[in-house]
Amino acid sequence: MTSEKMTAAAVVAAARSEEKVSGLELIAGLIDDFFELHGDRLGSDDPAIVGGIGRFHGQPVTVITTNRGTTPEEKLATHFGCPSPGGYRKALRLMEQAAHFKRPVLCFVNTPGAYPGQAAEEGGQGAAIAQNLLKVSQLAVPIITVIYGEGGSGGALALSCGDEVWMLEHSTYSILSPEGFASILWKDSKRANEAAELMQLTPAVLEDQGMIEGIIAEPADHQEVIRAVDRVLVARLNELQQLAPAELVAKRAQRYRKY
Amino acid sequence: MKLYEKANTLSDHRVKVDPRADDRVPDGLYRRCPICQAVSSAQQLSVYQACPACGFGLRISAKDRLKWLVDDFAAYDTDLTSSDPLAFPGYSEKLAAAQERTGLNDSVLTGQARIDQTRFHLAIMDPTFIMGSLGTITGEKLTRLIEDATATRQPVVIYTASGGARMQEGIHSLMQMQKVATALAKHHAAGLLSVVVLTDPTTGGVTASFAMEADITLAEPHALVGFAGRRVIEQTTHEQIAHDLQQAENVLRHGFIDQIVPRDQQRATLVKLLEIGGCADDE
Repeated sequence: MTSEKMTAAAVVAAARSEEKVSGLELIAGLIDDFFELHGDRLGSDDPAIVGGIGRFHGQPVTVITTNRGTTPEEKLATHFGCPSPGGYRKALRLMEQAAHFKRPVLCFVNTPGAYPGQAAEEGGQGAAIAQNLLKVSQLAVPIITVIYGEGGSGGALALSCGDEVWMLEHSTYSILSPEGFASILWKDSKRANEAAELMQLTPAVLEDQGMIEGIIAEPADHQEVIRAVDRVLVARLNELQQLAPAELVAKRAQRYRKY
Repeated sequence: MKLYEKANTLSDHRVKVDPRADDRVPDGLYRRCPICQAVSSAQQLSVYQACPACGFGLRISAKDRLKWLVDDFAAYDTDLTSSDPLAFPGYSEKLAAAQERTGLNDSVLTGQARIDQTRFHLAIMDPTFIMGSLGTITGEKLTRLIEDATATRQPVVIYTASGGARMQEGIHSLMQMQKVATALAKHHAAGLLSVVVLTDPTTGGVTASFAMEADITLAEPHALVGFAGRRVIEQTTHEQIAHDLQQAENVLRHGFIDQIVPRDQQRATLVKLLEIGGCADDE
């Protein structure tokens, strides 16, 4: 079923499916000679963010993805794909390095949100995300994000604040989970489905609202999904790389200024 | 998600002695400090509305803050109003009521300010306007203020007070985080100073954007400063968190705040910082 005909609640369920393509699969399928780069250089290495360098159709790129893990141990270590402050700082370090060497940045996002915990709070979760937003706005290399599952709140925005944001057909991008939204507004998390309809979190509605650049069809076969993502990234990178660095940064500012 | 379905959180288990005790005292005569429990008269709280025992600043409206903070203020962008982008049931009525009650068009007051001879651009978030949440107009007013400060080469001072994103504006609220961040980045790149004063409460999407992006970050004593809500943390980690985890003093100990400044010292502090740190150069 295409997302246009699905209810918002069905899109939420599909976005959370275990059957979806993973960030590591996207990297393996799209990037040649991938070399992972660990750590934020400030004392931590968050497994919920995986990043590194490699070649995309021959061109050097920096690639960063959220990682939910597959084994129970990995899922616990990554907090089910919820990055810690060190994860955001690692991502920023790699993006700043990319800008220094004039490499485009590809980000793949599937996260319920930034991890809420005592260590994350004391490690400056808010500040880590904030610094990403601030500094990414000035990086003069193309930055394209593909949301391939859940795009949850500020924790997703920290990796989706570049030049373009694309979404797989069965993915969401929202201010909060529908459960959290219903819990805050109506004190009743069981009204999550109702909240999902109101929240404008499906790709079709977000595209209508001008929040994303486009939607990538998502057949069941992961190799087909990877090919579809590949086609979009090739086309969009070609176009963004025509722009002079100052033009790119100015255009990015305009993208967010209109909201 | 199971997370949000639990009625009992660890916080709810705390013992509270007769929660209605305070209600028996006539309104406005005495206030109990939520931090140190000291009871103070209106006179003791003074114009600053701060606890004389521990310095905690009670939540006050933007206009009440303005009374003691500046000598002169000219408000900007008072006519903008939210377009209710999700057409959210009941939201336009909620907005109208907040506008009526506060005399503001949204959750932040922005404008040109002066303390003594020091001029700067000032934004004060209002925790009494839908919990100071970050709506499209909040973001637009902040962005315009910062852009104008960049154009006229002035420093910016932002007082934050916010429950975070404005739920009723959904993804449009989230985008304000990046819009304001971009404006601050350009202001910073122009060599101009920004100062943020974190006040109770500063949380969620505001903490994760402009509250933590200034050149100098101050806070009021014991102000709640955090990213995730206490309930969400406890339900996720199944551990009771320290009562002071998200108090400004603990946030300072972890390196995210420059200094904690009580209300009665803020005028002098701002003048000093704006003069030393890089005041407007067009005088």
